[in-house]
Order: sequence, then C-alpha cells, then structure tokens
Amino acid sequence: MSTATSAPGGTGASTTDPIVRIIDLHKNFGPVEVLKGVDLEVRRGQVVVILGRSGSGKSTMLRCVNHLERPSSGTVIVDGEVIGYRIKGDKLHELPPAAIAKQRTKTGMVFQSYNLFPHMTVMENLIEAPRRVKGVDKATAMEDALQALEEVGMAHKADVYPSTLSGGQQQRVAIARALVMKPSVMLFDEPTSALDPELVGEVLNVMKRLATSGMTMIVVTHEIGFARSVADEVVFMSEGRLVENGPPSQVIDAPVHESTRTFIDSIL
Amino acid sequence: MKAVTVTESTRLDPSATPPSELVPMRHSGRALAALVILVAAASLGYSAMTNDNFEWPVVWEYLFHPEIMQGLGTTLILTGVSMTLGIILGIVLAACRMSENRVLSTLSGAYLWFFRGTPLLVQLIFWFNLSALYPRLSLSVPFGGPEIAGAATNGVLNLWAVAIIGLTLNESAYMAEIVRGGLLSVPRHQSEAATALGMNRWLTFHRVILPQALRVIVPPTGNQVIGMLKHSSLVSIIALSDLLYSAQLIYSQNFRTIPLLVVISIWYLVCTTVLSYAQSHIERHYGRGVHVGVQRPGGLAKLRSLGSRLSQRSQSNDNPNPA
Ligand SMILES: Nc1ncnc2c1ncn2[C@@H]1O[C@H](COP(=O)(O)OP(=O)(O)O)[C@@H](O)[C@H]1O
Ligand SMILES: [Mg+2]
Repeated sequence: MSTATSAPGGTGASTTDPIVRIIDLHKNFGPVEVLKGVDLEVRRGQVVVILGRSGSGKSTMLRCVNHLERPSSGTVIVDGEVIGYRIKGDKLHELPPAAIAKQRTKTGMVFQSYNLFPHMTVMENLIEAPRRVKGVDKATAMEDALQALEEVGMAHKADVYPSTLSGGQQQRVAIARALVMKPSVMLFDEPTSALDPELVGEVLNVMKRLATSGMTMIVVTHEIGFARSVADEVVFMSEGRLVENGPPSQVIDAPVHESTRTFIDSIL
Repeated sequence: MKAVTVTESTRLDPSATPPSELVPMRHSGRALAALVILVAAASLGYSAMTNDNFEWPVVWEYLFHPEIMQGLGTTLILTGVSMTLGIILGIVLAACRMSENRVLSTLSGAYLWFFRGTPLLVQLIFWFNLSALYPRLSLSVPFGGPEIAGAATNGVLNLWAVAIIGLTLNESAYMAEIVRGGLLSVPRHQSEAATALGMNRWLTFHRVILPQALRVIVPPTGNQVIGMLKHSSLVSIIALSDLLYSAQLIYSQNFRTIPLLVVISIWYLVCTTVLSYAQSHIERHYGRGVHVGVQRPGGLAKLRSLGSRLSQRSQSNDNPNPA
C-alpha cells in the first residue's frame, strides 16, 4: 500500500519515454529481503535524488540498475534494453557476462570512494574503458578525455597519478571517467559522503553543471540543498521500499509520510 | 620566576622568543657500534685473505673452470625453468583456492598443505625413486591438457625431469600463497569500478587487478627466485650436475674442498646480487602511482616539471569552475 509507483501521475511530462524503468524490483541477501518491490521511472534529462536512512537499500537499488547486483526478481530497463536478460517468448533468459558488460556502457557510475585506478595516471584512467571496451582509437580517446577533464576542471592534472589529488579532485576525475563512456544515465552513490566539508562544493558544482547540460541522473545523497535546487524529483526510501516521491518542494518541505518527516528533520 | 641564561628545560617563558639555532641529536651509540662492526669485519676479512686453508690461488684457478661453468649453467636453467613453471602453477592454484567452487578450493588447499608441509629434499628423493617405478613421468596441465614436461625414466633427461618436477611442485605451493595474498590486497571496489565501466572479467583482471596485485606479489617472488637459486643445490643429491655437484665432483678428486666451496659461493653471490638488483627495478615499476609525488615521466609531465623548475614558480590553477 505504501509502495510508491512511477512519476507523479498525469503531470503531462510524459512526452518522452522513461529512459530508466525499474519494475517490482526485489533483492535478497540470503534470508534478508533488502528491496521489497521497488518501482521507479526516470525520464530523459531528469534528475532524481534518492533520500533515505543508511541501510534502507539505496545503494542496492542503484547497483541493480547496472547489474552490479543481480536482482532476485523484477526488471530493470535502461534505454529500452532489459538489463541482464534477453526476452525469449514469455521468459527472461540470463545474458552471458560479456553481453551484460556491454549493457553497462549505457550507465556511468560514481562511487562514494572514487575508486580511481591508482596505477594509472588521470589520463590513463579516462582512456582505459573507451579504448578497450568500445575500441576507440587512442588519439580520439585522449581528445574526449581532455574535453571531459575540462568539463570537471581537471585538465591540468591529466598526467598525475590519483594519489597526488585531493578527494574532491579525485571525485571530479571519477565523474569525467564515467562521462567519457557517453552513458545515457549517470548513477551517483553518495558522491560527496567521503569528502572533507570544504571539498563537497566543487563536486556538487560539477554535478549541477552536468544536470544543466541535460544529463539524466539518479543521485543518492544526503545533500538536501543539492536536492532542492537540482532535483526534478525526490524519492524517499525506507526499509527497501519507496515510500514517497514528488518534486523537492513536496517531499522535502511538506512530506506526507511520518518516516519521511522524521528523516528530513534529522538531517536539516 | 626569573629566566636564567643557562638552563635546560622544555619550558619557555610566555614572553620570551625561542632561540632559532637547531642542534641535531647526536647518535654517538650508532657511530660506536659501526666502528666495532667495521673492525670485526676487517679482521675477519684479513684472516680469510691470509689463511692458507682458503688457498686463494686454487680459487682463481677453478673460478672459470669449464665444469664449474657448466654447473653454473645447469643451476641457472634449473632455477629459470622451475621458477617459471612454479609461478604459472602457483597462479592456477591461487585461482582455484579463491574459486567459489568448493571442490577446487579444497583440492588446492590440500596440495598446499602437502607440498609446504614436507621437506623439499624428501620430495626430491621421493620423485627420484618414484621415477624408477614408472616407465614415463610427465607433468601436464590438469584435466587432460597438454604435457608441460615429460621424460622417459632412464638417462640424464630423467634427472632433469625429476629435478624440475620436484622444484616446480614445491615452488608452486609457495607462489600460490604469494599470488593469493597479492590478489586479496586489491580492494574489492577496484573491480567494481572496472565492471561498472563495462570492462569484462578478463579486462578487469589483467588491466586493473593484476597490476595492483603485482606490487604486493613481486617483492616476495624476488625472494623466492633467490631462494630457488640456492635450493636448487639440493638436486646434487640425485647426482644432477648443478653448481654444487660440479664442485663436489672436482674436490672428491683433488680434495681442495674449501677453495672449491669458495668458488661456488662466489658464483651464488654474483647471481643473487644481479637478481636483487633486477628485483628492485621491477618493484619500482609496479609501485608507480602509490608513492605520493610520483609523476609518470612522460613527455608532457617532463616538460612541465622542467618548466616549473626553470620558472621556480608554483602556481595553483586548480579551478573547479571553469568559465
Ligand atoms: N553484499 C551484501 N551482502 C549482505 N547484505 C548486504 C550486502 N549489501 C548490502 N547489504 C545489506 O542490505 C541493506 C541495504 O544496504 P544498502 O543498499 O547499502 O543501503 P544504503 O545504501 O541505503 O545505506 C543493509 O542492511 C546492508 O547491510
Ligand atoms: Mg549506500
């Protein structure tokens, strides 16, 4: 009953088809059900911010979108493709790992802990996947990389190793690394949670510019200010369910559900 | 309280300015210890050079003796081949040990338990005697794969096979643990990041995980190579003419035991020194990106560092918000 359905019904914004569709997603870790039937639609160019307590299943949901986690049941559709499966008759057949790997190029992911490759320079981090996964030639890959680095203000650090960069700089490089794959949607899992407070702003600024440029984004974050100013839709998640969704003015400033209200109060 | 000129204290009057001259602590104990050790070493060296039992002229005579040279060759080939096979088998064993397949991981664990739990010398004698019972011995890739090394059980070839099998199987057990430790040292997030970028399992392994694991794997592997060079002398027990056995053959006839042992010790030392030198170079290669301040010595970086050294001006143009 409290399971939220797709974007607010009848807003008239459905002229574009959803680029991400999550349908009745369940995920169990052993006997524990972490996702208990999640439905979510994200349209092209939309920024969806997911709020929720630690342990409510936000990361797990995000990781199901690019199949880092294999859903126990339910379907994830990105850009018209069922992730992880091939439809054959009335059955879903699991795809081989190589095919799933290819599907992942449609989604870019940014992690809390940046996860740059420490043995590669910034430039090498950025051209690795385009060259080896997409087969882009080196010159083109480097051109794309330099452009992406300029977008995040890191072009002057192309030749250094990640360990010489601050957390904020590393995260901006990680964003650029995801962008050079030209994904249809960007997934952010608490991108600023590991950063010193004074470095949060530079990463959020990069994300704001990305949103303005029309990138579709699903962002798990506790940055209410960012949610208020950038999100088209805010989703509140609790104990494996989406309990409330809507524009920031509604979910953040006038939450309907008790659990949402308690959570918003606790982080403001 | 009044400030006194000659006091020794860590306290400073709040209004006073601390003196600016720094006097480093003197390590007089270290200098003394170094002196004692130097004197002891010098006297030891002097006694060795002057003691007639060392028979230095005999040492020079046999240093490049053809049989010694041949023994050195045998030792080097044995080390190279056994180590290479041991590393390959070790990687396979580590992969099995880390596999989710319980049968594979248990079998691999049992293998390590046996080969690390019994002395190499016993294993060598065991293979030597076993070879007498079988008409043909072969080492092959598991599950009906191609033969890696094989030999009929008579002739010199057989001795080589026994030695290589014995050294390889023993070495692989140690290498398996070294490789496993290296792979485990790479944070799980690294493979997740690679996977999220669309890299498949092979790309993730050999472009992201292995290069980072090698930083941990290389130093102990260097030790293993050096260890193997010396352990290979155990094959003299099965009469394969390695460096030690060649010397034994010579001194069993001319009874110049000490100088011949000195000769082969010199060769062992030469080899281990060269290996240590190579090891430190390889370590530096795989340590890149880990030590802060390391820049890839590529063209752009070289030019930049040259430029900044020339201009002596470090400017920060780190701008998160370009126009
Ligand atoms: N790989 C895993 N194995 C077992 N339990 C897990 C695993 N990943 C997450 N969980 C559990 O699932 C729940 C939801 O986790 P997560 O999705 O990370 O929450 P959030 O990101 O909202 O903090 C937590 O209780 C967590 O302990
Ligand atoms: Mg999380």
